[in-house]
Amino acid sequence: MEVKKKKDLKFILTDILLLIGMLLPIAAGLVLKVLTEPASEGISITGANVYFTIKMPIQDLPISEAQVNSVIVVLSVFFLCLFLTHGIKERPDSIRQHIAEYIVEQVSSLVSGNMGERFSMFAPFVAAIMGISVFSSLLTLVGLFPPTSDINITAGWAILVFILITHYKLKCGPIYYLKGFAEPIPLFAPLNVIGEIATPVSMAFRHYGNVLSGSVISVLVAAALQGLSAKLLSWLPGALAGFPLFQIGLPAVLSIYFDVFSGCLQAFIFAMLTMLYISNGFPEEDYIARQRRKDEKKRRAMAIQAKLDAKN
Amino acid sequence: MELAIGIILGCCALGAGIAMIAGIGPGIGEGSAVAKACEAIGRQPESKSAVTSTLIMGCAIAETTGIYALVIAILLIFVAPNIFIKALVNAKNSGLF
Repeated sequence: MEVKKKKDLKFILTDILLLIGMLLPIAAGLVLKVLTEPASEGISITGANVYFTIKMPIQDLPISEAQVNSVIVVLSVFFLCLFLTHGIKERPDSIRQHIAEYIVEQVSSLVSGNMGERFSMFAPFVAAIMGISVFSSLLTLVGLFPPTSDINITAGWAILVFILITHYKLKCGPIYYLKGFAEPIPLFAPLNVIGEIATPVSMAFRHYGNVLSGSVISVLVAAALQGLSAKLLSWLPGALAGFPLFQIGLPAVLSIYFDVFSGCLQAFIFAMLTMLYISNGFPEEDYIARQRRKDEKKRRAMAIQAKLDAKN
Repeated sequence: MELAIGIILGCCALGAGIAMIAGIGPGIGEGSAVAKACEAIGRQPESKSAVTSTLIMGCAIAETTGIYALVIAILLIFVAPNIFIKALVNAKNSGLF
């Protein structure tokens, strides 16, 4: 009995540590933001604040709010995953294990449904992209700068996806890949190159533009409501004149649409496009035919080798 | 100098407004997509969830051109004037005109 209680205490302590690991980065980000935010008059729309710059040989590397906040999101999601899978058992008896299993099952059924069984190993990658994107967009809810409204972050993800697409297009050899640009006739090669480059650009701009437009519209509406309530209540005495009458309620509705719904939808679309582009870029039939030809060649070479060995 | 800066600011604002004309396209496209989805659900109410998820996905992709226009408009309003004015001041300081 005594042993079991000790184990429970250890379990709870680990839980608390993981929860602290989840919440501490967000708190640190908030403190950093409060300490370094430049004083501004009223409502203004700016990009990410640059915390400091690192001297680099070609160009200085600015470390901005967006990069710091994306590291915060990565840490938080990491500890969230550890928390959900902590104390995992063969027979699930806790809510968090049910949640973790639900997430894993949903993502793997989504991936194998959209990409086929061959790409079922992509489920962790897709889940990671989706999770980081969702939590980056939801970071506005605690008042931090969302990393997805900075083009550098989404462009980084899009370039990563582009490398994966090109890797799977190159599976049939570089000559096959280059031949793909001359489809349907060689005259179309420049257009095909532009179409190839447009993939990551459109992915990056779609995600970035949606999140950024949401925050810009929210700020504009908040500024307009502030002006309206200031105009209407300016005749009241004292502190009542500054009462934010119209700012109650409406910005929250906008925030639910632009921050929560749009953020989750864009994360889903980014992951969906990742899956579709990768599985469409992979020439499955030609790859199988090529593998078969390679096997045939190898078998023939081995047969010849065996014949030579027998002769010797 | 003031006239040049005024022209820069005015043209940036005009350009942003003209860029947002592209919002017409996604509007019409998404409208017709939603109309067709409503028809499909009316015809086959049991396929509502599949139609809705395909619709949301398609709408988000159809929005892309509108989002491009929006990004260009935002850049023209918030980013471009500073860059152009800085370039103008630099050109004047280096004695180009």
